[in-house]
Amino acid sequence: MSDLAIDLSGVRKKYKFFALDNIDLKIPEGQIMGLIGPNGAGKSTTIRIILGLVHQDAGEVRVLGHRMPAEQVAAKWEIGFASEDMRLYESMTLGWHMGFIQRIYPNWDAAYAQLLLKRFGLRAEQKIKGLSHGQRVKATLLLVLARKPKLLVLDEPTTGLDPVARHEILRELTAVMAEEGRSILFSSHNTHDVEQISDQITFIDRGRIIDSMDKELYLDRWRRLRLEVPHGVELPALPGIVGVQQDGRLAIATANAYFPGLANAYETSGARVQRIESMTLEEIFVANVQYSREEVEA
Amino acid sequence: MNGAFVISQSDKRPMYLQIMEQIKQRIAVGDWTEGQSIPSIRQLAVDLEVSVITVKRAYLELEREGIIVTQQGKGSHVASKPGLGARLQEQELEQHLEQATRLAALMGIRPEELENRLREAGDRITEKETI
Repeated sequence: MSDLAIDLSGVRKKYKFFALDNIDLKIPEGQIMGLIGPNGAGKSTTIRIILGLVHQDAGEVRVLGHRMPAEQVAAKWEIGFASEDMRLYESMTLGWHMGFIQRIYPNWDAAYAQLLLKRFGLRAEQKIKGLSHGQRVKATLLLVLARKPKLLVLDEPTTGLDPVARHEILRELTAVMAEEGRSILFSSHNTHDVEQISDQITFIDRGRIIDSMDKELYLDRWRRLRLEVPHGVELPALPGIVGVQQDGRLAIATANAYFPGLANAYETSGARVQRIESMTLEEIFVANVQYSREEVEA
Repeated sequence: MNGAFVISQSDKRPMYLQIMEQIKQRIAVGDWTEGQSIPSIRQLAVDLEVSVITVKRAYLELEREGIIVTQQGKGSHVASKPGLGARLQEQELEQHLEQATRLAALMGIRPEELENRLREAGDRITEKETI
């Protein structure tokens, strides 16, 4: 069992109109975890609890072995956090910010910072107020990356970016993983980004974790079965099937725990399996949120 | 660098399958030869800008198929089996044939008819080459 970079168990936080309910979240060291969920699902609250910025009502939070929020001061040296609402000094240059952070964090890697400047197409002489949205995001990320933190926590790092900037950022995030023992947690609406670079996936909706596991295993469990249902044949209810849409003689069944026996069971019932398709994370995301909401309401 | 590896977004197959296919192609065309060491999982993940776990899955499956060998602490290399290139081409042919058969069934084409079509396709190719 490898060490955990982040270990949440039974975490609860109640607000007037929203509650995080019994959050269990484990990220093994050396891995990237993508946190996916609709707006208002609880992604940012979860991230803020991990950072010790918001205190949980109940439950255990350990980050790089530090108990949070009690040991957040010690933990902060090893954690790099970036979010959209990060404040930089508008009238100062990026270079001024780099010098500022360098004085605080002993791990600052000046050569790496210069390399990132070049790769992100930024200039140290630029004042923050003159930066575009994409440049701001990249500047914030540069300031965090060059500290070489053991754990990177990024709240929506690619939201609102053009495809080129997104690509530059994803490239730097995967490059971090060349060094073993470093970990990343990032939240995103962009399922494609998550599918591309995550080792682990966590789905969160309405303050609850719906699924949290190895990405490859996860993608492997979901399948779409295209069926031909002859007249008079009724499709059986099968375990692992989360939804069936039927229109005339054609039906589509969605499985969240696929195994070849499922296709055989449909064939035995008299239906014909035309095709078994894998699903993208985006398709799984939508199907999963709908299914879990139906489950809760049922 | 592994610059010529490209994960296609319009390719509907999972990423690990695409990586497997591209490694097989490198072996089939002779760029990666028997016994040659290949990039570490972590290195290829960085080069391809995909997660480590996806490359790990591709390597595991390739190992299961006997195409590469991974040794703990020593990295991976192309398996030393004679005729590997030919075997990979054989597999590819198999896949294309299956695909054609499936499509034919969907279109209601009978197997005998499909055989004829295949012969015709062969004739067309020979024709083109003689022109």
